[in-house]
Amino acid sequence: MSNASPHNTGGPSLLDRLPASIFPRVTGLHASALIIAILLIGLLIIPVFQVIYVAFLDPNTGALTLQNFVDFFRTSLFRESFWNSFYVSAMSVVFATVIALPLAYITTRFNFAGSVVIQSLGFIPLIMPPFVGAVAMQLIFGRNGTLNLLIEEKFGVNIPFMEGLNGVILVQSIHYFPFILINLSTSLRNIDRSMEEAAQNLGSQGMRLFRRIVFPLAMPGYVAGAALVFIKVFDDLGTPLLLNVNNMLAPQAFLRISSIGISDPMGYVISFILVAFSIFSLWASFLVMRGKDYSTVQKGGGGLSRRDLRTGEKIAAYVVVAFILILVLSPHIGLTLLSFATIWSFAPLPDGFTLQNYVVMWENSKQFITNTVIYAGIAAVLDVIIGTAIAYIVIRTGIWGRKSLDYLATAALAVPGVVLGIGYLRVFHSIDIPFTDKPMASWWVIIALALMIRRLPYALRACTAALQQVSLALEEAAESLGATKGSTIRRIVIPLMSGGILAGFVTSFATAAVELSATIMLVSSESDAPLAYGIYLFMQTPSGRGAGAALGVVAVIIVGLGTFLSQLMIERDKKFKSTDQSH
Amino acid sequence: MTNQMVGIEINDLHLSFGETEVLTGVNLDIQPGEFFAFLGPSGSGKSTLLRSIAGFGPTPRGSIRIGGRDVVNLPPWKRNVGMVFQSYALWPHMSVRDNVGFGLRERKMPASEIAPRVDAALELVGLTHLADRMPNQLSGGQQQRIALARTVVVEPEVLLLDEPLSNLDASLRVQMRRELLALQRKLGLTTIFVTHDQEEANTTADRMAVLDKGVIQQIGTPQVLYDTPENLFVAEFLGTANILGGQVESDGGAKRFRTSAGDVLPLSDGHEGAGSIVLRPQNMQIVDQAGADTLPGTILHREFMGSQVRYIVRTSGTEMIVDQFHHIGHDWRDTGSDVHLKVNTNEAVIVAS
Repeated sequence: MSNASPHNTGGPSLLDRLPASIFPRVTGLHASALIIAILLIGLLIIPVFQVIYVAFLDPNTGALTLQNFVDFFRTSLFRESFWNSFYVSAMSVVFATVIALPLAYITTRFNFAGSVVIQSLGFIPLIMPPFVGAVAMQLIFGRNGTLNLLIEEKFGVNIPFMEGLNGVILVQSIHYFPFILINLSTSLRNIDRSMEEAAQNLGSQGMRLFRRIVFPLAMPGYVAGAALVFIKVFDDLGTPLLLNVNNMLAPQAFLRISSIGISDPMGYVISFILVAFSIFSLWASFLVMRGKDYSTVQKGGGGLSRRDLRTGEKIAAYVVVAFILILVLSPHIGLTLLSFATIWSFAPLPDGFTLQNYVVMWENSKQFITNTVIYAGIAAVLDVIIGTAIAYIVIRTGIWGRKSLDYLATAALAVPGVVLGIGYLRVFHSIDIPFTDKPMASWWVIIALALMIRRLPYALRACTAALQQVSLALEEAAESLGATKGSTIRRIVIPLMSGGILAGFVTSFATAAVELSATIMLVSSESDAPLAYGIYLFMQTPSGRGAGAALGVVAVIIVGLGTFLSQLMIERDKKFKSTDQSH
Repeated sequence: MTNQMVGIEINDLHLSFGETEVLTGVNLDIQPGEFFAFLGPSGSGKSTLLRSIAGFGPTPRGSIRIGGRDVVNLPPWKRNVGMVFQSYALWPHMSVRDNVGFGLRERKMPASEIAPRVDAALELVGLTHLADRMPNQLSGGQQQRIALARTVVVEPEVLLLDEPLSNLDASLRVQMRRELLALQRKLGLTTIFVTHDQEEANTTADRMAVLDKGVIQQIGTPQVLYDTPENLFVAEFLGTANILGGQVESDGGAKRFRTSAGDVLPLSDGHEGAGSIVLRPQNMQIVDQAGADTLPGTILHREFMGSQVRYIVRTSGTEMIVDQFHHIGHDWRDTGSDVHLKVNTNEAVIVAS
């Protein structure tokens, strides 16, 4: 009954009587699926494969060759960059773990009043693009930064927190530890109390219980978070660039392409390595987690049991949390100070405070802000439209190949921004903007499209989650009352998904607004540059830092507000759903 | 697997979650080798009571003696009480063999002894062939048996089952409860079984305790509880009951019950005073003639249930449920017809209120 599509007209039409195998029914959904597939292939698959293909081409003869890779590994700078990128990523995972593990453990195992602080602390770093905080971190932890000036005065030593790779590791682990914290806490929380009780019932307790039951059950969450941190750090361009660390893979790719040109094969070889590593780490974490959906919480069960802390333990917990909180907030504090500073150099604190930076910033970055709103707006609107369509096609229809749409869109996660940027440069270099004879590669629309592809996985996830909450019965009810597919989607499905769609829009918008790695490749003139690129430009000169920090504060506010709004909408939507539907 | 059978004595047990008291003055004496059931609606405290025997949840006031030893202040891992969880709680990262062997490894038993014990436990539940599977590759019924094997392999003194059948489908539930009972008899383990399903309790338990709002309402064999409920809660919770309020009066030597609507029924015995009469649907016949032991009524509704026909009859006081056996060729009463209900008053129970 429920599978038959009801017709609101009397008898079957001529079309309905033709055998479906010979005359496949082409509906609006089929057409949308086709259009989306073409878009994804054109804007994601072709550019990425083009990059990979060029990595294997002889730049002079155009023949297939491995020579580029041989050249790459023969050059000591590239070997060093490769090793550095790997080292920085691995160390960032280690430090992020050191920060996240105690926080996750304290919040999930104990009755701890500071848990609320830790929950929000987990979000704070994510609302600041890492490259924005990088300069501020220099001023606090650098050779002549606040901390070292104080230490030097007292102890006469200087600790190289921010020297070279150390700086990248410090900035990245402070910025990305929430991925581990969130994933690890979730999987700890998803362990049903009975898992632990069954072990206690059979005679297990203390560290043995933790080692044999709790830790293995939380492992998949940790691996997921750690893999994410590794990829993000490996691919990141902005942070090393702003810290002036150029002997890493992503900065090398950027520098080769921007200084030598798009025909230099090394940029493509590096891109291939970046993509290969991304896919490899995702694949490895998938292998580790395969068949390990350990989420065991039962109805009525409430996660692991929590115990009260003894006084000594409570003090220790507060000290740890306070220390981490200060560390995590230091980029924000530094950035805010810098944005209000007159001069801040060789001193623990700025010499004086002023609003001048904001005035300078406002006068010079109106164009940046306008561009950002346009690009991120276009990207986010397209993201939620495509995201909603893909979610519906995948979940509710039997269209052939529907799963591959989902995979295609999600694959963007594995493509570093630098690689997508290089791919666009290469592909759209030879295609002209419609009705003009300028190449598309320098057209601003390309920036918006790159942002759209980069943020599509986030929007898709939000839309999929929203649609999964809409009971199929609600659609069937509309159809049985005579509504067509199109009108059911328009009048029932989309209104019910609106909260999730809006949340997806805001997330896509806010994160697209501060994206640097793809845009830095694609910006062809300053008048086309968005906010993130503007911050990068300001930060290039010591005199521009104050204004750059002010623009950074604007970026943080945009992302923070966006995150807050999208959380608000998701919460409101949940409440609305729970009162509206009994199940 | 032979066990020294032990009994469980619970004395004046009180337990609170913060301000709310969830168990009040629980006294219980469970015999060695007995299959005992805690029966009650959700929120009655039956699971809390079971968990406090296993050592989970807040520490209660009062005493719990297992084989004479007070365990109230012992942590769960020192009690040697085996518990099977409602969700089975099989660890998803361990194979069936590792799950079952867990408790023995915790007891520092050498691997050479663990293997045969695990095999024996798996054989006991008939699942030796699944030893190397992971829990998520098992059906609900198989998970249930593995959870049981994992618990009995450590030879606990007492077996606690927390709603063990609630996650199984109906037909499997009947089969599993027979298997559970057979296993319990075979092992001679003192067993407590928590359920909200009276049929499960009736069919398996030697004796049971009915709980409501953290208080034990009545303890006894299933038949005693059904036939002679001590209060209205037990009367209504076990089976279907028609309850008429009123009072027991004395008319010379003979006792009779006057309902609050004014109808009078003769009684063979009973204490004088306010009370309620409990009538089971099968305690009444529908007849045409009024008599001394009949109540007048009108058929409101009829349901055919196979072996019997259930009538809803409006009497002057209330609506009564009356079951009549169904025989081929037997005429059914029509709705709307006026009838009389003949009450077998010697089967009726008077509950003081």
